[in-house]
Amino acid sequence: MTTPSATEGLLRELAPQALGAVLRRFGNFADAEDAVQEALIVAIEKWPVGGVPDNPLGWLITVASRRMMEQFRRDDARRRREDLVVAGARTPQGPTPGTDDTLILMFMCCHPTLSPSAAIPLTLRAIGGLTTREIAAAFLVPEATMAQRISRAKTKIREADEPFALPPESDRSVRIRSVLHILYLMFSEGYTTSAGYELTRSDLSSEAIRLAQAVHRSLPQEPEVTGLLALMLLTDARRPGRTEDDGSLVPLLLQDRTRWDRALIGEGVALITRALEQHRIGEYQLQAAIAAVHDQALLPKDTDWSAIESLYARLEHKTGNPMVTLNRSVAVSMVDGPEAGLRMLDGVADRLGDHHRYHAVRAHLLAEAGETDRAICEFELASQSATNLRERHYLTTEAARLAT
Amino acid sequence: MRFMLIQNYGGVELEPTPMNEWTPEEIQAHIAFQMALNSELGESGEFVDAQALSGPDQAKFVLSDGAGAPVVTDGPFPEGKELLAGYRLVDVESVERAIEIAARISAAPGRGGAPVGQRIEVREVMSAPDPEL
Repeated sequence: MTTPSATEGLLRELAPQALGAVLRRFGNFADAEDAVQEALIVAIEKWPVGGVPDNPLGWLITVASRRMMEQFRRDDARRRREDLVVAGARTPQGPTPGTDDTLILMFMCCHPTLSPSAAIPLTLRAIGGLTTREIAAAFLVPEATMAQRISRAKTKIREADEPFALPPESDRSVRIRSVLHILYLMFSEGYTTSAGYELTRSDLSSEAIRLAQAVHRSLPQEPEVTGLLALMLLTDARRPGRTEDDGSLVPLLLQDRTRWDRALIGEGVALITRALEQHRIGEYQLQAAIAAVHDQALLPKDTDWSAIESLYARLEHKTGNPMVTLNRSVAVSMVDGPEAGLRMLDGVADRLGDHHRYHAVRAHLLAEAGETDRAICEFELASQSATNLRERHYLTTEAARLAT
Repeated sequence: MRFMLIQNYGGVELEPTPMNEWTPEEIQAHIAFQMALNSELGESGEFVDAQALSGPDQAKFVLSDGAGAPVVTDGPFPEGKELLAGYRLVDVESVERAIEIAARISAAPGRGGAPVGQRIEVREVMSAPDPEL
């Protein structure tokens, strides 16, 4: 007898392979995905009781295919048969050597026409093998709402009408970027947790890591894929130090670094080192490199701030994102003093003047520079415009601390 | 992004006639509009929750100093129109979309099918922080 969690783990590994096989046989992504989801749900009920079949993947494909056939027979038989013929003519029969179903499915589910709020749930269901109920719980929306979101996402994929194959070489880098963007947002989503939902939400980060590992296995020579995986591992390594037992947030420089996961850090550093050696630098690699510098400092005072500063400078050059300048100004202040950091902040005031992070960073630097009154004022501005609760608590507390 | 779209008992700009003076058909049309909007938001994958609260006369105000028995005040209240009547919680892509939905709610049909012009308060629900990168 298998425990439910072992069954679930196995099913989630097999889900994309089963979907790939059903898609090759029948085409029709939306129906095939539904059929595989149904097969997974049957398996979750049956396998822990009756045991895992000898060929679990074959079992899933058979059950899902039967659902597909029932579906074809059930409604509008003739039109469906025509669809089937068309799909059969377009998609190759049986497994094609040298292709990678999980990767093709990643490209489909992270199609650039989908918004992240559609692409992330679809990816979790079609490739992650999660049920709609689990995904709805992770996003704190009703199951019916999530079901509609997934179904609309599938409609868009049908409209895009791409064959079940890797995108053409000319589109490849754009499509890889959108896969990485979706995985990055999925990972971050796992961190935007509110008390009480901790466990469910961090599952999203683990799932993003698992999927990034799968993409990395398929595309080991893409340095940005490697960079994103490294960034996730190097960020996740700090998770144990990130919150107090009561759930309150601990800023990076005050974290107990003995709680960080050294094994994950080692893995992340090895990955980012290998990626950087390819000399095709991108933003995920730069972010991972910054995370690696932080993670390798056993004490905050050991942090190589000038390395971080120059990495932020490159990232700023590459992205033109004023939020990067914000982070860079913190690094600059660690190297050249708070006044230098404040001067750099002045340069983005017109672009970020209302953002709470801008006020928060400014407040920190003013406090460092001994300008307590102005710092309090900035902390208050920051807490008024903060859109997340723990940050607001932190900023309000800092303002009060300076005032006493 | 999550937004709470809030409506109070007062704040009706265009059609201030209280609902108990509407015809049954007008009331039904109003309710049907609210239900249809909720299912539309469900289909667009944006609906999270919607609740209507019992009337201000049913409200109770509770005040406690943490030691003695709490002071409970029953309605009716002179400031009843400022009390919360109900809300919708939506999960949308942008503040613009939240405003668009709020505008629909605001223009719900009232007497003679004319828009009531209810004032809708649009408030972003606090999220939790991103990973520090």
